[in-house]
Amino acid sequence: MSTSISTADLSREFCKILPRASVLDREEQLKPYECDALTAYRQLPRLALLPSTNEEIQAIVNVCRRYEIPIVARGAGTSLSGGALPHSDGILLNLAKLNNILEIDPHNRTATVQPGVRNLAISEAAKPYGLYYAPDPSSQIACTIGGNIAENSGGVHCLKYGLTIHNILALKILTIEGEILEIGGKNLDSSGFNLLSLMTGSEGMLGITLEATVKLLPHPHDRKVMLAAFDQIQNAGDAVNGIISNGVIPAGLEMLDHLTIQATEMYCSPGYPPNAAAILICELDGYDEELEVQVKRVSDIFHSHHAIEVRIAKDEQEAELLWQGRKASFPALGNLTPDYYCMDGTIPRKHLALVLDNINKLSVKHGLRVANVFHAGDGNLHPVILYDANVPGELETAEKLGGEILELCVEVGGTITGEHGVGVEKLNQMCVQFSNAELETFLAIKNALDKKQLLNPGKAVPTLHRCAELGAMHVHHGKLPHPELPRF
Amino acid sequence: MYIMENYLTPNFHGFSDLRMNDYAQEIADKILTAYQQKQPLKITSGKTKQFYGRKINAEILNVKNHSGVVEYEPSELYITARSGTPLSEIERIIDHKNQILPFEPPRFGASATIGGTVACGLSGPRRAYSGSLSDCILGADVINGKGEQLHFGGRVMKNVAGYDVSRLMCGALGTLGVITSITLRLLPKPENEQTITFETSCTEAIEKMNQWANTPLPISATFHDMNTLYVRLSGSPSTIKSSAKEMQGEFIEKNETFWETVKKHKHPFFDTELPLWRISVPPSTPELNIQGECLMEWSGALRWYATDSDERAIRTEVERVGGQATLFKGNSTQNIFHPLSKASMKFHKHLKQVMDPGYILNPGKMFAEL
Ligand SMILES: Cc1cc2nc3c(=O)[nH]c(=O)nc-3n(C[C@H](O)[C@H](O)[C@H](O)COP(=O)(O)OP(=O)(O)OC[C@H]3O[C@@H](n4cnc5c(N)ncnc54)[C@H](O)[C@@H]3O)c2cc1C
Repeated sequence: MSTSISTADLSREFCKILPRASVLDREEQLKPYECDALTAYRQLPRLALLPSTNEEIQAIVNVCRRYEIPIVARGAGTSLSGGALPHSDGILLNLAKLNNILEIDPHNRTATVQPGVRNLAISEAAKPYGLYYAPDPSSQIACTIGGNIAENSGGVHCLKYGLTIHNILALKILTIEGEILEIGGKNLDSSGFNLLSLMTGSEGMLGITLEATVKLLPHPHDRKVMLAAFDQIQNAGDAVNGIISNGVIPAGLEMLDHLTIQATEMYCSPGYPPNAAAILICELDGYDEELEVQVKRVSDIFHSHHAIEVRIAKDEQEAELLWQGRKASFPALGNLTPDYYCMDGTIPRKHLALVLDNINKLSVKHGLRVANVFHAGDGNLHPVILYDANVPGELETAEKLGGEILELCVEVGGTITGEHGVGVEKLNQMCVQFSNAELETFLAIKNALDKKQLLNPGKAVPTLHRCAELGAMHVHHGKLPHPELPRF
Repeated sequence: MYIMENYLTPNFHGFSDLRMNDYAQEIADKILTAYQQKQPLKITSGKTKQFYGRKINAEILNVKNHSGVVEYEPSELYITARSGTPLSEIERIIDHKNQILPFEPPRFGASATIGGTVACGLSGPRRAYSGSLSDCILGADVINGKGEQLHFGGRVMKNVAGYDVSRLMCGALGTLGVITSITLRLLPKPENEQTITFETSCTEAIEKMNQWANTPLPISATFHDMNTLYVRLSGSPSTIKSSAKEMQGEFIEKNETFWETVKKHKHPFFDTELPLWRISVPPSTPELNIQGECLMEWSGALRWYATDSDERAIRTEVERVGGQATLFKGNSTQNIFHPLSKASMKFHKHLKQVMDPGYILNPGKMFAEL
């Protein structure tokens, strides 16, 4: 990577574009950007820039292209995969100042926003019109729409209402060439290739999002939140399957295991059954009588899978309390351990019980505790590995354990990341999930759209060389290379 | 591994052996040869949508024989089928388990296949309410312009590993690769569906549809044909009844047949010699200043015009409101699809170069440059 220009000169170039105060170059100024929410990876950028207009960003990109300086865009820095980790030769482009909601259009049910707008701010702005933005990552008070698009983020309600990709209509993208690419609109169909899908989840590697138009939805008529407790995790897993196979699509269906239940009880006392091996929290929404019927049906399914307790929240307050524990799970687990490492594989739902059981075995094998709190309805696991970075070797063990969990997900026909992205964290597992020809396609796309590898380089797609060195076994279509060998 | 045994028994729907009808290797070989010989290929399958897109002249590569449902897991809400599988077959199989394709594909002939459907990227009546065809793509097997067999995406809803190449195939008209198999997300079939009607003008219909869309009413399709607005409601009988009462509409009797005629373009409006324009606009856009009759779907977001008005005039009017116009059927010497900006065309060319460097897969089918 080129360093043909000294950092001091580069800084002077940027000061021609930005106010001096928006060009950060001192170590103490750069420190806050050295990592995102995956704190195991740290790197200071050469400079951090705080633009406040599209024109400034365009001018910055032009300078970076001229001097071949890598650019890492950053929203709120809540990525859990190291997506926003700075590049040692590059600049960090903090988009937090671009936080204007440009338009709420209640007639077409859209919001047009700048990339630094926080996820929750969109719903707040739409509230007076009785509308909201559906994807609700747990980090929604902090994370930005630019980051959500880069990671195709989901939330507890995406089982019914979809991920980011299902809820965006248009993007304004700045290419590395400094050109503005308009994709989509407030209409539903656009000519040309499906660039909205290509850009969503591309981890800031194909362009910088300058603006997004998202869909707004009316609030559901009514909702009911239920809790079911099980004394065997297997039963909880089977109940999840039972619900979906019965033609019910809950708005959200989440699972918490024993360790997580205990942690949340200590943290915020949501009143979860303390002895349960697992609980499910299920939110249903719809119209009065139909909703009642669904609640009854789900309740019956819980009982038929040997639930030891089924609770239906009587009012909004109780419903909120049930959700509160789920939402506080991560900080609650944080109280149990100096450090934790959150994984993000997705598996076909029917393998839930099997995979949870095997995660448990891996946990025993590596001697680290693993808590599970996750989007069960989507089969999107978030095994949380508890470790202590101050104990020599524990971080490495946690990473090894995490890697094995992801490989397990691929083996049962799933994927290494459901919503957190590959970032720097799961590059090795990409070698397991994809063949060389497939990785070559990704690399070729990157190369075609960013020849000099300036946009968030080194993330999301491993080089073939890396995969070869790793010697990872590519699992073809979830079919094991040697199915006869016992692995679990 | 995931094949459901009962779907392989011939008495269920005539499937025999999955090993039969697997022509992926043969297709890949043909593409490789064409790549080496610089021979452009025109990809065809069920041939029901040949009117769609620009006319091209090239050697025909028919992929219809590559067919069969590979996996169907009702409890996992997905189906994987080879591209030549008839759409009707897929719909029949999933109907058996009370499931539907959320995008409710339009149908222009009995031989329509799932591959052609995905390549054209067209969604039907339910699209504005439960998502587009692209929205329900989970994964795809694709052969690129060098004859390489690739697999993208998967079977699960949440998946952000790698760029989303499987959805990129949707609506690319085969210009980026030949889809050999596709995995689609399914939804449970609504318990009941009924249609109510209203006698209204176009202007009033647009207003009504968009007011309703701002409420949680269980609407799953809308259609307006100059005088009458049809609204389909989905859910339990009690929900439908109370919603119809709130909306003050009249029930029609033949709910299913009505939406079949919409999906199949059997409404008398489509029986025309005039060029047929498919116009995509923000839903609440007032009536457009375009000559001729107008049909509306998707709460107003989709509008059809049968008109021989000047192409430029149509596109200018549609651009004024932030929309796009496609010449769905008609004189194909014109531009079919809404023109791309310069920056966008550049991006498109880069992607074409990656997926089809020999420029042999349906070249010119979408735009002359691609
Ligand atoms: C406590 C906690 C809970 C979480 N819960 C969830 C959850 O429920 N669901 C979920 O999906 N995720 C969750 N996450 C992960 C994270 O919040 C999401 O990935 C989020 O979308 C990141 O947004 P951000 O603004 O923080 O982006 P950052 O972390 O700043 O950046 C993420 C990526 O986006 C790129 N990027 C940012 N802005 C732009 C832009 N304008 N243009 C191009 N690229 C850009 C960056 O380069 C980087 O690759 C959670 C994280 C935490 C810490």
